[in-house]
Amino acid sequence: MSDQNDDAVNLLSDEQQRYATWLNWGARSGLLMLIITFIAYVAGWLPAHVPLDQLPTVWGLPVDEYLKKTGAPTGWSWLKDLGQGDFASLIGIAWLSASSLFCLFAVLPIYLKRRDWVFVVLCISALAVQLLAASGLLVAGK
Amino acid sequence: MLNMFFQRLQSAGGVLKANSILLFLSLILFAAGAYAADALPVSTLPWWGWALALFVTCFFLGIVAVPSGVGGGVLFVPIVGGFFPFHLDFVRGAGLLVALASSLAAGPSLMRAGLADLRLALPLAVLASASAIAGALVGLAIPSSVVQIALGLTILGIVILMATAKKSEFPIVPAADKLSVALSMHGYFRDTAQGKNIAWKVHRTPLGIFLFVLIGFIGGLFGVGAGWANLPVLNLLMGAPIKLAAGTSGLILTLASSSATWVYLNEGSVLAIIAVPSVIGMMLGAMIGARLLHVLKASVVRKMVITLLLFAGIRALLKGLGVWP
Repeated sequence: MSDQNDDAVNLLSDEQQRYATWLNWGARSGLLMLIITFIAYVAGWLPAHVPLDQLPTVWGLPVDEYLKKTGAPTGWSWLKDLGQGDFASLIGIAWLSASSLFCLFAVLPIYLKRRDWVFVVLCISALAVQLLAASGLLVAGK
Repeated sequence: MLNMFFQRLQSAGGVLKANSILLFLSLILFAAGAYAADALPVSTLPWWGWALALFVTCFFLGIVAVPSGVGGGVLFVPIVGGFFPFHLDFVRGAGLLVALASSLAAGPSLMRAGLADLRLALPLAVLASASAIAGALVGLAIPSSVVQIALGLTILGIVILMATAKKSEFPIVPAADKLSVALSMHGYFRDTAQGKNIAWKVHRTPLGIFLFVLIGFIGGLFGVGAGWANLPVLNLLMGAPIKLAAGTSGLILTLASSSATWVYLNEGSVLAIIAVPSVIGMMLGAMIGARLLHVLKASVVRKMVITLLLFAGIRALLKGLGVWP
């Protein structure tokens, strides 16, 4: 290991700085959405698919039984019910989960421009994994 | 105003007093959890009472998570899964979100400080993310009693790891291996404590990648995040300096946790009433915990967290076996 006393050297690569910027905005905006939609949900400004006072009777059930009993949607179907507080709150959660996707899309052009093919492939692979997870195509069979 | 409070806390109490406060708060947490689990039937407490209890519990967990050096998720799942009435499917979904939100909150500043390196993180995170998806799918497919038993055993394993694992500030890496060279996993980071730019490289990359696949799977399976395992693999096995390993571990977690969170979200296993108070409570607690870093003795907090995890691991194991339902 070697070290340098040159404190003026900028150690951050372009992609590192861009990734950090996008991650910062993704995290902040996601948390803001999470808080706003949750307040709207628990304050009753938005109606709930499962009424709040009935939640204690169903939140102890395994997810498959919960879905059967409440008729709650799976996959991306909740987007059709954004007027309901319990599903509106999922926007912030989905946004936070998508934050890394935005960052990967943002840094990909830098790797392409530099012809850093190893990281182009890694970046595309990471995007493919995240998109596959988000797609809802993968289903757990109980 | 908050600064004044912490300054007064420092001058008035010192280390011993702050630790006493923390231990006292934790006793309250334990008492509340035990009371909720044993004394109150599910129907006697309204929804908002549970949401509030969850927020308060996560707030205290957030306080101890930072000085003890563990992620929030690994504390959240066994403790909330053991003492709250929510099904483990929903607790794991919320646990992943807690781990994700914590790492997202810290990630940008760590990257800007050069303590989380994208070149080190990305190759490991791609495979960890893919295996986290597999872990999440398996976790939602097998019976919850099996998951409880496996969770209990895993948490007890983490207790052993935490109690025995050592750290190396600047591990010696004689030569980078071929794979890490091919993946450009090397660089510099700024150590502000020393005022120097430190060159780093890694070795044993194939074994490291294999372990990250395993860690990702466990993280997705139990919804616990994986900071507890990322750090020793990056630092002790691959030879990344401890500060870089800690920061990069969080960056890997942002990718691995988000892929598993998508699976839980798509399967309907994320309930806002459980996830949101947990995330907010944990993040506020972590902010306080970060401020208390200077007054708390990290070794005492770490021992307390190990005790807490030991108790939660035994609880999960006995719950899964039906001995302590």
